[in-house]
Amino acid sequence: MAELKDIVEKVRSKNAGPFWLTVDIFCGSPEAYKRVVQGISTDRVARLFQAEPDTLKRFDIPSLNVVKFSLPRPAVQGTRKDRDMHGASYAALVAEMTLN
Amino acid sequence: MPSGALGLGYDKTALERGIAAKPDIIAIDGGSTDSGPSYLGRGVSKYSRTSTKVEWAGLIEARALAGCPLVIGTAGTCGADSAVDWLVEITEEILRETGQTAKIAVLKSGQSAETVSDALASGAISPLMPAPDIDAQRIADCTNIVALAGAEQINAALDTGADIVIAGRTTDTAIIAALPLAKGCHAGGAWHGAKIGECGALCATNPQSGVILVDFDEAGFTVTPLADGSHASPHTVSAHMLYENSDPFILYEPGGHLNVTNAGYTALDQTRVRVTGSEWVPSGRYTVKLEGARRVGYQSVLLTLLRDAHYVQNAQAWCDDIHMKCRAKVETRLGLAPDDFDIELRIIGQNATLGALENRTEGVVELGVLGIVTAQAPQVVEEISKMLNPYLLHHPLTADEEQPTFAFPFSPAEIERGEVFEFCLNHVMTLANPMDAFKLEVRQIG
Repeated sequence: MAELKDIVEKVRSKNAGPFWLTVDIFCGSPEAYKRVVQGISTDRVARLFQAEPDTLKRFDIPSLNVVKFSLPRPAVQGTRKDRDMHGASYAALVAEMTLN
Repeated sequence: MPSGALGLGYDKTALERGIAAKPDIIAIDGGSTDSGPSYLGRGVSKYSRTSTKVEWAGLIEARALAGCPLVIGTAGTCGADSAVDWLVEITEEILRETGQTAKIAVLKSGQSAETVSDALASGAISPLMPAPDIDAQRIADCTNIVALAGAEQINAALDTGADIVIAGRTTDTAIIAALPLAKGCHAGGAWHGAKIGECGALCATNPQSGVILVDFDEAGFTVTPLADGSHASPHTVSAHMLYENSDPFILYEPGGHLNVTNAGYTALDQTRVRVTGSEWVPSGRYTVKLEGARRVGYQSVLLTLLRDAHYVQNAQAWCDDIHMKCRAKVETRLGLAPDDFDIELRIIGQNATLGALENRTEGVVELGVLGIVTAQAPQVVEEISKMLNPYLLHHPLTADEEQPTFAFPFSPAEIERGEVFEFCLNHVMTLANPMDAFKLEVRQIG
């Protein structure tokens, strides 16, 4: 089964301030965008982050072929439990999701 | 905009092109929260003083050549008053050493604990989602609290006729949006163009080249990257609204919000993009966001490396055993309660980055174990770290095996990290007048 990273251009995650994480999936083409929109449910992404689904914000942006998720950071930036100050490594979790 | 932040460098040739374009202002961001709470907690800059001075001197020279004001927001990474003072001192040195004169406006964003506590008591503080709980004690625990200035405060500084504005914490966009707003340009365009410009050339190809020019007008704005090989397209510009934004269409600022849902992006040529249709929605209340950091203890770290295949395979069990035994020893010998200290053993090469969220388990040849010791006093951290040291060097998985020895990369193995901080505010404060929470001073240098 294909992983997300095999069909999209790039997956990026960054802090959106100390309390939020945002993940941008740059699909690169309308075809890949369609597969991502249909193949990645918000619930699955929430499970990946061990978060409640209703805490995730999802933006499907066809004009950019981008699917974006924002969620409260798994650990607030810089707290003892935080392992990644800039939040860029969480992208790997999403990039390695299998597509339905 | 010479770059996304002072200290990151900029392309000199591109800056010369910017000067030749006769800008009305040169604006640069000096920081953000992105490097973590320590900078605000200590009130210091992340970047080298030497690099800051070299780059700032180049911009002061550019300002003189262009004959326009130079403005920096969030001076010294965190924008605390001490970080503003640090940049003012550097500025004075530069002006003195180069024989220049300049009028400097200094805008400070620091908030006393008393001001914020009074505001909390009077109901002027509202939480954003997700916000930590706060009370007067938590506010008093902060070593620094700053309020994020908007366009109004930057315009108050520019209105003094200053050549150079050195501002404490501001929103990333305010330093760019202020002047076009004051000149009556399209408000939605002013804020949107500021958001696109705030990271320099990150909104274009060749993003590390830094320098971009933004022209504001009555309907929108035009963005022009100035370095060779840097091109903006409708895609790169519109995609920049995604960057470090939890919502790619809405951006909250003091006094209202930007909505770019209906913005239109047009390529003027291979390099320039024109944007119209952005909307500014004023709010009924004037609020400024607060940031605060408090010290939560002291910390040391130790690193040990496991290369023995048996230990690599059983690293988690090894760490769990050390964790239990060392904790028990600390409680007995130092008389500490379980909540008085923390020992964490983070396995590098296994799940150090993602922790419990990691779902890959492929084999590796070696693992690092990072011991992290946190407690309320530096002496206690030192004692616990020295108790942890022999475990990380020699702890056997089984009692009857020959004593193992693991690889310490350093002597001593303990590395002091000093004070550790946490962000503890995600709140906004309502102001009757935008200048109520800010201090503005003007001085003539030279």
